[in-house]
Amino acid sequence: MSAIAASLPTDAGAAGCGDAPVLRERGQREVFCGLTGIVWLHRKIQDAFFLVVGSRTCAHLLQSAAGVMIFAEPRFATAIIEERDLAGLADANEELDRVVARLLGRRPDIRMLFLVGSCPSEVIKLDLARAAQRLSQRHMPAVRVLHFSGSGIETTFTQGEDACLAALVPEMPAEPGSARSLLVVGALAEVVEDQFLRLFAALGVGPVRFLPARRAADLPAVGSGTRYLLAQPFLAETARALDARGARRIPAPFPLGAEGTTLWLHAAAQEWGVGERTFREATTIGEQRARHALLRRRERLSGQRVFFFPDSQLEVPLARFLARELGMVPLEVGTPYLHREHLAEELALLPPGVMLSEGQHVENQLDRCRAARPDLTVCGLGLANPLEAEGLATKWSIELVFTPIQGYEQAGDLAELFLRPLARRARLEV
Amino acid sequence: MQLAVWTYEGPPHVGAMRVAAAMEGLHYVLHAPQGDTYADLLFTMIERRATRPPVTYTTFQARDLGGDTATLLKTATLDAYERFRPQAILVGASCTAELIQDDPGGLARTLGLPVPVVPVDLPAYQRKENWGASETFYQLVRAFAGPRAPRPGTVRAASETRCCNILGPTALGFRHRDDVAEVRRLLALLGVPVNVVAPLGATPADLARLGEADFNVVLYPEVAMQAAAWLKRNFAQPHTTAIPIGVGATRDFIAEVARLAGVDPAPALAEASRLPWYSRSVDSTYLTGKRAFIFGDATHAIAAARIAATELAFEVVGLGTYSREFAREVRDAARGHGIEALITDDYLEVEAAIGAAQPELVLGTQMERHTAKRLGIPCAVISAPVHVQDFPARFSPQMGFEGANVLFDTLVHPLMMGLEEHLLGMFRDDFEFHDGAGASHLGAGSAPAAAVQPATPPLPESVGAWAPEAEKELKKIPFFVRGKARRNTERFAADRRIPLITLETLYDAKAHFSR
Ligand code: SF4
Repeated sequence: MSAIAASLPTDAGAAGCGDAPVLRERGQREVFCGLTGIVWLHRKIQDAFFLVVGSRTCAHLLQSAAGVMIFAEPRFATAIIEERDLAGLADANEELDRVVARLLGRRPDIRMLFLVGSCPSEVIKLDLARAAQRLSQRHMPAVRVLHFSGSGIETTFTQGEDACLAALVPEMPAEPGSARSLLVVGALAEVVEDQFLRLFAALGVGPVRFLPARRAADLPAVGSGTRYLLAQPFLAETARALDARGARRIPAPFPLGAEGTTLWLHAAAQEWGVGERTFREATTIGEQRARHALLRRRERLSGQRVFFFPDSQLEVPLARFLARELGMVPLEVGTPYLHREHLAEELALLPPGVMLSEGQHVENQLDRCRAARPDLTVCGLGLANPLEAEGLATKWSIELVFTPIQGYEQAGDLAELFLRPLARRARLEV
Repeated sequence: MQLAVWTYEGPPHVGAMRVAAAMEGLHYVLHAPQGDTYADLLFTMIERRATRPPVTYTTFQARDLGGDTATLLKTATLDAYERFRPQAILVGASCTAELIQDDPGGLARTLGLPVPVVPVDLPAYQRKENWGASETFYQLVRAFAGPRAPRPGTVRAASETRCCNILGPTALGFRHRDDVAEVRRLLALLGVPVNVVAPLGATPADLARLGEADFNVVLYPEVAMQAAAWLKRNFAQPHTTAIPIGVGATRDFIAEVARLAGVDPAPALAEASRLPWYSRSVDSTYLTGKRAFIFGDATHAIAAARIAATELAFEVVGLGTYSREFAREVRDAARGHGIEALITDDYLEVEAAIGAAQPELVLGTQMERHTAKRLGIPCAVISAPVHVQDFPARFSPQMGFEGANVLFDTLVHPLMMGLEEHLLGMFRDDFEFHDGAGASHLGAGSAPAAAVQPATPPLPESVGAWAPEAEKELKKIPFFVRGKARRNTERFAADRRIPLITLETLYDAKAHFSR
């Protein structure tokens, strides 16, 4: 039996923790809202503009999350709702039309405009769906206007990307007939996309398309022949929308680490009926390289206990990677939302005894974290320095969504992200 | 609706957080959705604060909206009290909670907590961060000092040694930590005891003691003026008006404090800054008349303009602020420099004004630093909004005589670096000094200095093309005036519809503009 087959989960229920109990908590949540996704999405879809209809808080969040990345004129902005809009002195829709006209006048390079809903726009029930329709009619064919919600009352962090991609799905052209194609769903770094393209070509799987595409006009076609692989674990709405267009999801773990990448590719290869030999030929070199890169880091990380605060929904796949490929011991794996169906293959691979938690009560969770005294805590930026000051090594999680971490060639980099805080502490003598 | 990309100020509840996080023994319960917790990272990452800011967010979600967000607020407040046991609780709403009108203050008061609950209403759709800080501080001062206010008309008893409060420093303030240390040092030299520093480091109990001081030292009017005015009305405490940024202003401040305290200013005035001598030393000659564009919060912008004009002999060609609450003060200061003030919170407007003024130095915020970089103009940061760089490890105040030393370095170094780069530029074709070679002190093979060739701003499309020999000549012009020479020549050519800029055009333009 091949090494790949051996690593495939055969008896998930028995070995993994697919049925492990989940601690569900309610309390203060210490997570970003979905608007944050704009920070990477606007770099990804290169002719799209993201206009948040919100408050000064939303503008400030974007600015703080974008941090030092001050671009000459970034392709995002906030239409800040003011007292006049609320008091009915100004018609919010007319104001929005005016702002959009001014914006598009300045930026003739924009082909797609997203109106992004926020908590305030949702609470005052500003109908961005209608606004998008109206503005689309006005500005088509030059600019297509879509909308999605990134509000903190509806979305958590990466769910903003989910909402954005879900908004793109109805815009995808229909694939005539039932020709088979593979759609890779979820924003990936270009370098990662290109690596996957080469791997799929070697496997004879294709044609391969990506959602989101780099340019608004290049939205991939979708139809009943479309099989899709999720590249990110937080795409529940997008998957639902794709299903509604007749596409079918290929269940797989996520392409993190050598094993995760192999299983992910393998799921597609099976769908395409690729022989095991061809599969091995196409993937062995990459997988070996990844395993080699992990080996050195494994020495340092093996046995280290890790605690996850909920953040990006990447927590479960990351815990699986850290446990199985680096020998780390996950104590608690917190996630803002546990999508059992999309994570089924991941959960089956998690070592038994891992505690899963969904939602958050940050104070209680901090108590548990302090009591457990993990060797490494994965958490958001608001918690990282305070925990470091308490003597706990941390890895801030936002880096995990900004850095290319998927695929064979990035497996070592991914491990490095977790190793660096520990290596750093080991070096410091003062 | 206002279209905003980058903003100078956050929402008003972030101002309230800056006050709450500065204080001890106070906890802020903020009715807000989960995403608003991003504000914590301003404190933990930018200021490198080692503890979480003392803020509990109710983090209501959409599904709570129809139901019971009010209960959520009450539970969060009770939990926060149980867990943190503060001396007092501040309660307020963020922009979203303001819309659902739960009356957080009223709700929290019904809980019968054994500590005072101070509600603070910050209209998020009208006001901004500094206003929020000022209003919060004022409400706290009223709540805690108010009960001890003397009956109206009571005359202050004359005291032997008069002491003061220091008002205004907050968490996440631009060099507030170091300013307080420097001002305390000056006050010690004068023999003036400090009663309370607030909000930075103060407890609610300390605020209750504010009235015991004889006068107030206001460091940051943006935060403290409202509270100081109230203290003046209710406790007959006078307050300082001079902000000790720069040598001249520090001397004014010392004189003012000495007068209020009834002490001799001499011991503090005897302290000297290096700035006056550095400014008079001959190597500073080249600074004369440097065109400086200044933008920031009102306090720091006004101070920088005075220093630029009277302590470094620059020419102030632009002065502006995003602090609309202090527009009048900035307008007055600008008039004093013979210019019109720019009052705006739109960074694009500031960028346009910088482009038009063609300064040789920009003194601004982090926003102007980026603008200046794009325009190839040296820049120093003199004001909030803060950046991790604005919390240096070393002692680096803006205020007092030490602050003046810091400011000399801050304001002059970008120009000095410019001069050095000019020399590098003169040797641009030399085999050792070409653009691609790194600075020698970085060792062989170091990266090329990115700033050697400042980016030229994009040209408007109507501009005529440059003939090769004119382009070559342009490169011989020192870089710090090259941008200006290019713009002037292009404007000259455009005005005269000259399609090709030749050597002749270049020198015609030079002659035209030097008239
Ligand atoms: S949580 Fe809501 S109000 Fe806050 S930044 Fe996000 S969308 Fe804006």
